[in-house]
Amino acid sequence: MKIAVCIKQVPTREWQPRLRDDKTWIRDQDVSYEMNEPDAYALEEALRLREKHGGEVVVCSAGPVRVQQVLREALARGADRALHVEDDSLASADASVGAGALAGAMAGEQFDLVLTGLQSDDQGHGQTGVVLAELLSVPHSTIIMEILVQSPEGDAPSTGGASSRVRVKRELEGGWFQWLTMPLPALLTIQSGINQLRYATLRGIMAAKKKEIRKVPLAVGLMPSQQIVSLALPTRSKQTQMIAGSPSDAARELVRRLRDEARAL
Amino acid sequence: MILVVAEQRDGTLNRATWEAVVVAQQLAGDGGAVSVVVLGASVDGAAQELAAAGVGDVLVVSDPALELYTPDAYVIALARVIASTAPEIVVFAHTYQTRDFAPALATRLRAPLITDVTATADAGDGAIFTRPMFQGKLAAEVRPVGAGPRMVTIQIGAYRADQLHKGATPSPVTPVAVTIDRSAIRQEPEAPFQESKQAVDLSQATRIVAVGRGIKSQEHLPVAQALADAMGAELAASRPICDNGWLPMERQIGSSGQTVAPKLYVALGISGAIQHLVGMKGSRTIVAINKDADAPIFEVADFGVVGDLFEIVPAIVAELEKA
Repeated sequence: MKIAVCIKQVPTREWQPRLRDDKTWIRDQDVSYEMNEPDAYALEEALRLREKHGGEVVVCSAGPVRVQQVLREALARGADRALHVEDDSLASADASVGAGALAGAMAGEQFDLVLTGLQSDDQGHGQTGVVLAELLSVPHSTIIMEILVQSPEGDAPSTGGASSRVRVKRELEGGWFQWLTMPLPALLTIQSGINQLRYATLRGIMAAKKKEIRKVPLAVGLMPSQQIVSLALPTRSKQTQMIAGSPSDAARELVRRLRDEARAL
Repeated sequence: MILVVAEQRDGTLNRATWEAVVVAQQLAGDGGAVSVVVLGASVDGAAQELAAAGVGDVLVVSDPALELYTPDAYVIALARVIASTAPEIVVFAHTYQTRDFAPALATRLRAPLITDVTATADAGDGAIFTRPMFQGKLAAEVRPVGAGPRMVTIQIGAYRADQLHKGATPSPVTPVAVTIDRSAIRQEPEAPFQESKQAVDLSQATRIVAVGRGIKSQEHLPVAQALADAMGAELAASRPICDNGWLPMERQIGSSGQTVAPKLYVALGISGAIQHLVGMKGSRTIVAINKDADAPIFEVADFGVVGDLFEIVPAIVAELEKA
């Protein structure tokens, strides 16, 4: 099976937002980055499918030079090679442009399965995977919690060939789930928690240095579908009473207010 | 015309549909038209419920191929409805189902799609939409770009369904004939199911102490449990804690877990990603304890303490045990 995993590099969770002067994007120079968490689960799932069915895992990212860090990390965890659509403009690209860039890079590859995280921790459109499926003309399903690859009888399970299918468990809201089946090639967006993540070993890190990261030019003529007019800290919907002081002072004050004002204890 | 895409399962309307209708009414303004489309195999009940509210024409797409939801069938059917009704804006509730098909629909129609919208504003030359970015650390005002109907999905709970302006008379229900070629539906769905009957019904808890990533490791859970015990509260968690297996999935609060509204909700080391907030922001009193003063959880909290939960929580337990 030939599996693609789309990976985005996003600011770390600890990052404190600081805005550029024009307030339409963040100050990039202040940011430290990491692999988008749902994408890490997608990568892990791809590695497990390869262990089961054989084949190849190719990680794909669209972004500036810096995204090579997460591609290298994915290679260290076990991916076979990487595609990098490199362009500075992709740092703040929306889902239409991001998916368009990835679709361009994947055009000649004929993947059996394309995995993405269900959404990114930066812009969080939750669109890239589904848009990419439409651009690649493959069926899709989202928020997936289990993947079973089914091959026709007599066919080796590793082929992932044209007659293979995939049965997936999709998460619905409020503790509901649903199984569905679709032909390969297909695209699935992966929910966090589908598996337990592995981390790179020293051996993996060494091996990754020899693996290929192929640069792919950004396709021309990709049109954004939205424009950020401004970014701001969100307005508070409630008047939050902040309680300061030493831990014991804060604790005493909080308990007093919960008892006397909120009558919650 | 503003078109709302209703969501139903087994003929029962998803309540978030009404919140989407509220947004559509605001976008349409006085005298502007709103229509609601509902899709399924047998949706008379849902259509009647929508019609009874008198908010605008109810369009019904009824086809056996729509009995169990699939993204392919919904994209085919809605593309036809949108082509024939030519709405200026299409409004959806930001549910898991919408997230599954709306980006494909927008791509097929070459229409801009803006997701997870929490507010709208009129900029004179068209609406601007507010949506969270960076896990809710920032709010972005965005403008749709390009031709085609503008599509927006509305964050659940961002609008109140009781702001709905009901009409004096029921709205007409109009069937829309759409031919769905079954061979074009690539997904074969099975019936939805629940994994297990939830053993813990957190929705009935009076008080809840919930832990997030800030608890750092499973070994630290007794710190939170001690507070829960001292408060007479149930212990719950945000998704990453359950993903790690530190607490069972049935104790998860949020869009993929349980929705709760207890008398007291104490969030320990929970940053407050929107997926968590939708599950608890209806709580009567919310306390947030977090080392990050900018954590989005403080936006919904009544009381906030910025600091190390491993120092503050034991101090609260000691304080509660004094009395």
